[in-house]
Amino acid sequence: MKALVFAIRSFGRELRSGEVLVLLAAVVLAVAALTAVGFLTDRIGKAVARQANEVLAADLRLRSQDPIPDSWREEADGYGLRTADMVAFPTVVYLGDNSALSTISAVSAGYPLRGTVRISEELFGDEHDADGIPRPGEVWVDSSLMARVSGKVGDVLDIGTAQLTISAIITYRPDQSIGFASLAPTLLMNEIDVPGSGLIGEGSRVRYALLVAGDHSRVAEFNDAIEDELPDSLRLRSAEESSERAFAAADRAQRFLSLTAVISLLLSAVAIAMSARRFAHRRMDTVALMKSLGATQGFVIAVAMLQLVLVGIIGVVLGSLLGFGAELVLSWILADIIAGDLPKPGLTPVVLASGSALVLLVGFALPSLIQLRDTPPLRVLRHDAMPPSPSRIFVAGISLGAVALLLYQSVGDAMLLIIMLSGMIFIAAALYLVGRALVDTMGRFRSGVGIAWRYGLANVARRGRASAVQVVAFGLGLTVLLLLTLVRTDLLEGWRRTLDENAPNQFLINIQRDEVVSVANIFASRNIAPPNFSPLVRARMTSINGESVKDREYPTRDAEWFVNRQQNLSWAQTLSASNEILAGEWWPDDYSGPPLVSIEEEVSVETGISIGDKLQFEIAGQELEAEIASVRKINWDSFQPNFFLVLSPGALDDYPATFIASMRIEPAERSALAALVRAHPTISVIDLDSILQQVRGIIEKASLAVQAVFFFTLAAGIAVLFAAVQSTIDERRFESAMLRALGARKRIVFSGVMAEFAALGAAAGILASAGASILAAVVAVKLFNLPYTFNPMLWVAGMTAGVVVVCASGFFAARGAINSAPVDVLRGAGA
Amino acid sequence: MSSNESGTNAVLSAVTLSKQVSSPEGSLTILSDVTFDIGSGESVAVVGPSGAGKSTLLALLAGLDLPTSGYVTLNGVNLSELDEDGRARVRAESVGFVFQSFHLVPSLNALENVMLPLELASHANPRVAAMDIIEQVGLADRYRHYPAQLSGGEKQRVAIARAFATAPAVLFADEPTGNLDTRTGSTIMDLMFELNRRSSTTLILVTHDTALAERCDRIISLDGGNLVSDSRVAA
Repeated sequence: MKALVFAIRSFGRELRSGEVLVLLAAVVLAVAALTAVGFLTDRIGKAVARQANEVLAADLRLRSQDPIPDSWREEADGYGLRTADMVAFPTVVYLGDNSALSTISAVSAGYPLRGTVRISEELFGDEHDADGIPRPGEVWVDSSLMARVSGKVGDVLDIGTAQLTISAIITYRPDQSIGFASLAPTLLMNEIDVPGSGLIGEGSRVRYALLVAGDHSRVAEFNDAIEDELPDSLRLRSAEESSERAFAAADRAQRFLSLTAVISLLLSAVAIAMSARRFAHRRMDTVALMKSLGATQGFVIAVAMLQLVLVGIIGVVLGSLLGFGAELVLSWILADIIAGDLPKPGLTPVVLASGSALVLLVGFALPSLIQLRDTPPLRVLRHDAMPPSPSRIFVAGISLGAVALLLYQSVGDAMLLIIMLSGMIFIAAALYLVGRALVDTMGRFRSGVGIAWRYGLANVARRGRASAVQVVAFGLGLTVLLLLTLVRTDLLEGWRRTLDENAPNQFLINIQRDEVVSVANIFASRNIAPPNFSPLVRARMTSINGESVKDREYPTRDAEWFVNRQQNLSWAQTLSASNEILAGEWWPDDYSGPPLVSIEEEVSVETGISIGDKLQFEIAGQELEAEIASVRKINWDSFQPNFFLVLSPGALDDYPATFIASMRIEPAERSALAALVRAHPTISVIDLDSILQQVRGIIEKASLAVQAVFFFTLAAGIAVLFAAVQSTIDERRFESAMLRALGARKRIVFSGVMAEFAALGAAAGILASAGASILAAVVAVKLFNLPYTFNPMLWVAGMTAGVVVVCASGFFAARGAINSAPVDVLRGAGA
Repeated sequence: MSSNESGTNAVLSAVTLSKQVSSPEGSLTILSDVTFDIGSGESVAVVGPSGAGKSTLLALLAGLDLPTSGYVTLNGVNLSELDEDGRARVRAESVGFVFQSFHLVPSLNALENVMLPLELASHANPRVAAMDIIEQVGLADRYRHYPAQLSGGEKQRVAIARAFATAPAVLFADEPTGNLDTRTGSTIMDLMFELNRRSSTTLILVTHDTALAERCDRIISLDGGNLVSDSRVAA
């Protein structure tokens, strides 16, 4: 109780005198930065995920070949989620004498739950967002169906026994990319009209889907709840598996945001550690005095702890407010990008940020405060009497571990955490050792330089250990900032490539072998580069290494689904530029041996099918066996046709094949597409522009998030540097006063201090460049699947940034010390 | 309480006190076999050249440090038998300090500095008691000033007020005028002796100012760590 009263009283006094302000500022900044970054990652992460979910037109899709029992809909309702129904089946539609096979999608009100359908009133005309779904008695059809039946808006189609009027042309459906390789022209109708068509009966190939969407966390809960209960006939589909392309971008954005959160936390750790050191150090004299006046160890430690708790509470409150304010401002700036119906960010970031900051505070300040307990009272008489050093590494290690756990809770990316934390520990150790060596070396150069540099370098060398600690703090700060800059640049660069102006924007499917030449000619005659055609053969996998695929055990449901579904096989002589061989070898150009097959990496991992396995397929009643020769990684950003299974040349020659192609069509050239579908009504054209728009939307949001979060982290980094300089400010104040008392002009003293910072900054900058280069290489390759290119400019940038930023921080931090009147400082020293 | 040779009650006793420290050149003896008793209310000057062991003796007598051999009793309690917290409690109850370099807490103002030992000793009304003693040292109008805003003499007055605030049995003063000019030093010492007389505190004064030493009842001289003389000052 006495300690509490005393702690509160003296804390108030110390607040007034500014004693605890540096530590408090570090905590406030840490909480603010972590909260703001957390809010942003949370919110923008949700925005990105939601946009990516558009490809499902929902957050989750339950699919089945039988009508989906109402119990699932009711269960979703129970979670407060929105639902919509979809029934899809192939049928032939007629318009007068014209007919065409098409895929009918009958939907209920509410569809699509995510994204919007866009329609136009004439073929390849201006599009606009659709309001709801087709009214009963009306249908919306896509351009290829329209071309095939030579229809126009207002015509009446015979669909089974029903007669429905075409009221619009669909230009975009959010879920159009689902399984587009098997897509026939699409027709969208109202669910109400289905019974009247008489098309759904025994033996029809109907697929039913229940679309589910709602609050992010509720969807996740619903997903978890039903996942294990699903009967075999029902398959759950989330957005991740539906669009690798959109998700490659979204996933990287999420990872970058996570990386930024981790980096903010590490920076906060360094800032808090530096200021906690100073906090404890400055208390040493007071503690010795209190002990000489009769304070017990328990009292001293209780007071220190209570004050730490007070710093923590005030820091958390102020920091959360600041972070919340920053988030409000950012949300306002990003308003048009963060969709209006986005759920409010949860309190999680505040809790997480506060928790992390408190753990850091305790972890990094406690050892120094425990050290205070052992301050000998003799220090009042002999100033060199010091307490024994505590085992900082042990306690700091524990607190870092606790923080890592906290981060794992929110980020959930073990790989990222392991790389970052171990990388940072390794770099900190290296920084310390090399820092000490550099400090020693620098000290030796001082006889050959002017007075300012001599004083500066002498200072660096004299404070050997402290200087090395500063190099570590500066260095770590710079390392993560450089790392972030590098990764951010690489990431944006990679995305820009995705958004390549020349990226294909049209997919042509269902091209017959004898149509290939004619199709190429249609484009060539209009001076448009003809597309590259990829063959496609429909097959079913029957057995793996002689064992029936039905009898095999699979690690996941997805794997089981994959081997049992209809396979799209292709063959190629050369490896596509968007593919990379991970294991095994691609066949030589002139290969003509027994059939070989190359499998996509994730499918290989999921199904457990690997090199040397023999796959048997059934293709149009014939058997084919092929051996796995290689495992490939596919760059889904490329917008090229890609296949999970690619066979060697000749392997599929005897089987019926169709071709698919991708190409770029500029808006002015779109008439070529109309000519194409008129000349070849069975070919489907899929307009990728809409999907590209989708991806572009995701990437724009992600880039913006990356930039915003980057600047926040930058601020935290500068705070670290400031804290590092602040930690030596008392000594500096006294020294500069003394030098000035000895007759040194202010300018000389100032130059000396700047020389010291420049030397420290350069040392830290070089070391940080090395650290960031290595870490960036690991992060780029392991986490972002981006190729890493060595960048020599990094070293120049690192060193320059080191000198400039450290000198600037030093200037602002040390200015007061140098400007204060020597007499005040020297007087104050004898307080 | 033990008795000294003169039969008066000893408040402080040093018994065969020795202190050795290890140095790069081997073990170094700072204080060797020092024995004396100090009676209640006595004022004793400890004198000697630099390096004689004066400050070490003071640290041992106040329980700030422990002797290599021998022991100290303060108010009848053997300090060597106590742990650090035990010695701290003894100091809180019975000891006051005045240091050469004042040792005021820079973040506390004059009044708060004086309140510090009172608060540590759980005094019922530290503010009133501190204000009372601040008035006695003549700083009533400057009690809200911080150490950096006070002159050397004023700082030492605050330090003296702080030392006397708890009415300690023993007051240790380590070169209290060392950082002050002669005139201020003399005023400060007048104040200290006056307070000492009023509160019948035992005063142990480390100094190498002979004139100052002669104002005490008794002078203990150290040289090279040995006690060379222990004499009463003629009244």
